[in-house]
Amino acid sequence: MSIVESKLNPQQASYELVLPAGESWLHEVKRGQVFRILDLEGNQAVDTLFYSAREPEERYSAVDTIREQGNIYLTAGTKLMSTEGNVLMTIVADTCGRHDTLGGACAAESNSVRYAIDKKYMHSCRDSFLHALGHCDCGMDKRDLTANVNFFMNVPVTPQGELTFADGISAAGKYVEMRAEMNVFVLISNCPQLNNPCNAYNPTPVQLLIWDAAA
Amino acid sequence: MTEPLSKTNLLWEETLPGGAHWSFVMKRGTALRLTDVEGGANLSALFYNKDEKLERYNMPDTLKAQHTAHLTTGFVLYSDMGRVLASVIGDSVGWHDTISGMSNAALVEKKYGKATYQQARNDMHRNARDSMLIELGKWGLGKRDIVPNANFFSKVSADDAGAMHYAANHSPAGGYVELRFEMDVLVVLSATQHPLDPNPEYAPKPVLLQAWRCGTPDEQDLCRNFRPENVRGFYNTELLFR
Repeated sequence: MSIVESKLNPQQASYELVLPAGESWLHEVKRGQVFRILDLEGNQAVDTLFYSAREPEERYSAVDTIREQGNIYLTAGTKLMSTEGNVLMTIVADTCGRHDTLGGACAAESNSVRYAIDKKYMHSCRDSFLHALGHCDCGMDKRDLTANVNFFMNVPVTPQGELTFADGISAAGKYVEMRAEMNVFVLISNCPQLNNPCNAYNPTPVQLLIWDAAA
Repeated sequence: MTEPLSKTNLLWEETLPGGAHWSFVMKRGTALRLTDVEGGANLSALFYNKDEKLERYNMPDTLKAQHTAHLTTGFVLYSDMGRVLASVIGDSVGWHDTISGMSNAALVEKKYGKATYQQARNDMHRNARDSMLIELGKWGLGKRDIVPNANFFSKVSADDAGAMHYAANHSPAGGYVELRFEMDVLVVLSATQHPLDPNPEYAPKPVLLQAWRCGTPDEQDLCRNFRPENVRGFYNTELLFR
């Protein structure tokens, strides 16, 4: 766990958006650009997938990412690996300290298993992902959804092999920043989960910022 | 009631040679025993609903629904649709890896050097990702269908700081794990070495496959009642068959 602050000035960012909870965002981040996700109110889970913009069949691989670095948590220095063994993004700053990539995204169906059958009618990250892909005219669909990153989410694994959902370690104003190593489509669902204590049952907005390579 | 494997209910058996890949359909109500014949095997595996292959094994949903990062008796393999593809009904090994992914061409060449078909004939070096792509191609599937896989017979744990540790000599000769299928499932297998196996030699081990007719789970079933989440997972699954 390493805390690394950024020197970038938000006023020099070339792109800025506040993404409310329950919304999705699909955007191309160009090679060399730096992308920041800012947890505005604290302990928000930001479910995120990455694809090569040139060939989206090449996409983020959670298992290759953790195996290559020998650690299951993502933090500053982590290289987000693709299914083809290339680096999509490098995390260059992180004031939260660690992020999950084993917990996946919530979905109507997994909510019905985890909480209660009637929870499947609640909004979920997979619905947000499918909404974004359904409108993107980019040829991507459910087949392209794979294990994602949960920025700001704390999902400890014990040495005995249990997976636990712990209280968040993020807080208002914490951020994670990554540099694109190729042209990358970033697909985000700002998580609407109301059944999990990880976000104190209160999904909140996040801020997304992009700086151009020269900044 | 789940019948144990016996001479009378055995459907077929085959040995998957070390390094080999294969794929086949297991029907609802049948089970598959995987046996590590020599010890030290690794079997990378993916699972799909045979009737709707967009529905597939989902590592995160399997882990978070059951609050586990590994598989052993009682745990089930969830699809992304909140249904149970397969249940672990027996296991002598105790831990099967879910978080380390599969080997690929670059990794195998870096660890073991190159051994092409021209040089080595069928002892050529194989890797799990290319093996999966070949098998998936037989069913009209491809790269978009490769998701985080299970690695039977291998153990990788994480310490409190998150560092991953591969357990050497984890699976003994004769170690086995049994999967009962809760729907008709396409099973895709690669008997290649685990990507974190420190052995410097290319030495993939064979796995004995034994399929039998076991029946569908009753209300008292161990896996169904292993966790409250699994009761709901089996309910979702059984809606397909009402």
